[in-house]
Amino acid sequence: MLEKALVGGRGYWRWILALGVVIALGLVSYLRQFAFGLGITGLSRDVTWGLYIAQFTFLVGVAASAVMVVLPYYLHNFKMFGKLTILGEFLAISAVTMCMLFIFVDMGQPTRVLNVMLYPTPHSLMFWDMVSLSGYLVLNVVISHVTLAAERNSVPPPSWIRPVIILSIPWAVSIHTVTAFLYSGLAARPFWMTAILAPRFLASAFSAGPALLILFCLVLRRVTRFDAGREPIQRLAIIVTYAMLINVFFVLMELFTALYSNIPEDVEHFKFLFVGLEGNTTLVPWMWASAVLSVAALVLLVNPKTRHDERTLAAACVAVFLGLWIEKGLGLIIAGFEPSPLGAVTAYTPTVPEISITLGIYAFGLLLITLLYKIALSVRGETAA
Amino acid sequence: MGQDRRGFLKLAGLAAVCATARESLTRLAGAAETEPRSSAKAPKVRWAMVVDPRRCLEQESCTACIDACDHAHNIPAFTNPRHEVKWIWKTRFDEAFPDQDSRYIDPALTSEPVLALCNHCDNPPCVRVCPTQATWKRDDGIVAMDWHRCIGCRYCMAACPYGSRSFNWEDPRPHIAHEDPDFPTRTKGVVEKCTFCDERIDRGELPACVVACKAKALVFGDLNDPDSEVRRLLRTRFALRRRAGLGTQPEVFYLV
Repeated sequence: MLEKALVGGRGYWRWILALGVVIALGLVSYLRQFAFGLGITGLSRDVTWGLYIAQFTFLVGVAASAVMVVLPYYLHNFKMFGKLTILGEFLAISAVTMCMLFIFVDMGQPTRVLNVMLYPTPHSLMFWDMVSLSGYLVLNVVISHVTLAAERNSVPPPSWIRPVIILSIPWAVSIHTVTAFLYSGLAARPFWMTAILAPRFLASAFSAGPALLILFCLVLRRVTRFDAGREPIQRLAIIVTYAMLINVFFVLMELFTALYSNIPEDVEHFKFLFVGLEGNTTLVPWMWASAVLSVAALVLLVNPKTRHDERTLAAACVAVFLGLWIEKGLGLIIAGFEPSPLGAVTAYTPTVPEISITLGIYAFGLLLITLLYKIALSVRGETAA
Repeated sequence: MGQDRRGFLKLAGLAAVCATARESLTRLAGAAETEPRSSAKAPKVRWAMVVDPRRCLEQESCTACIDACDHAHNIPAFTNPRHEVKWIWKTRFDEAFPDQDSRYIDPALTSEPVLALCNHCDNPPCVRVCPTQATWKRDDGIVAMDWHRCIGCRYCMAACPYGSRSFNWEDPRPHIAHEDPDFPTRTKGVVEKCTFCDERIDRGELPACVVACKAKALVFGDLNDPDSEVRRLLRTRFALRRRAGLGTQPEVFYLV
């Protein structure tokens, strides 16, 4: 089946080439980081995790979101999502792969990373995160491969795959729950130590992921002969709307408990995000942009008129995705370290190599999804001429 | 034929995955039975340190303990404070004890430096989160480290409420002033911290900082021995522990 990715028009190859250039730049930066050490990044002894771990956290959500098309189709027999399940599963494969790469580039000793398997440590959440992420990757590879092969051969998928698919549903919830537990179990970091972190992660995942899927469907309609259809996209839009509403609700609940109780160590992190702390205002414009994007997205999504119009829906999906990316892919991780448990605020700005590595991994993810979508659509004979 | 090759490759891949998983599982199952990696001595000891900040302050701008530690452990001197490696260092009182709100006290007192180091917690969050057991608690309570196993994920640094852990953001070796061949140097990309001089304790010696302190501001001893100097001090003087409310049970005590 893989050979289908090797046939394509001029536009296809240009896109692949562009991604290849970004990947190559990222790789060169990574080789520099590998040689020098993580000191090449903007991280420091007080802000020990940054852009890499934040992207990992955000993308776990994107990966988990596949369940939002798989669950209605397989559990509720919601036929409308039949064409979309494979797109969701491929999105999950690509997102989990990016997650693993972001973890990998964040390691101080990447050559020793298999120690996590060699010395399995059940009391560390990182061990469980490794188990759940790799399990989720395997599940999605197997499911998408088996269902697509059956589709190509015009036979129904084998019956043993159904329990595997059902298993992938709670598994998707587990990957984001365990990822939230990485943070929410640390007494040293009050910003993360909140029971609502896992539900919040899930809500943001189930809005950002399907929003991205809608955007992919709209792009695919323009560049290929694949048309997801108007109605499935509208149904996805409703999922995005509810999940985004719940997400914003959860964030407001976090703000209430922190601000009303007025416990300094809880309030300070939010101060750092929204007004700045000890003169450090790095994230303030970003966080307000995220707030504006989220509210704008909700206005466009809740209003049936703008939701039904695919142009405004697309704008809303972009706003959801960007707003949540800022919230999770920048704010959530960095603010956990600002201030430090001892009260220090240390400036953190990602460096050029750090950003280049990050872009390289995103380009790799996009390349992966391009190839996988190409294969899926070729099997269905829906590629562009 | 093509179909056979594919089938074979699938089978081989599956077998490889199973073999790896089996290895992991057997280790997991055997984890409880592995012998303790520490010097289990009977009667059981529990090492702790008592810091007397008043005595320390008598020797203004003295850095004897810090210098002794830096020298004994090949600690690199990075000029960039963001990349600093610190095992024992001086910090402001109000930073070491952020939950001690003493606003009407003479400000000079709360901004005085106190010594900070790894607390060798009885309930260490760093040990709980480490995914490779590269940091672990010995039977005598010392939170030790294996710098050859650490993968540099820095989860322990996120979990430590005391900022007691440092990461080698670059190769430390060119930054070591006088290398001591008797103690290992570290590589880039691993976490390190105070080890209560476990190598000296195993030889029956006191930690380097305790020996170096002329003011006798650092007292080291066995908490399980009711007649030890640390127990005598803690019986008669009021002592603070850093962020005791978090339940980490620090075993470094500060006399008031």
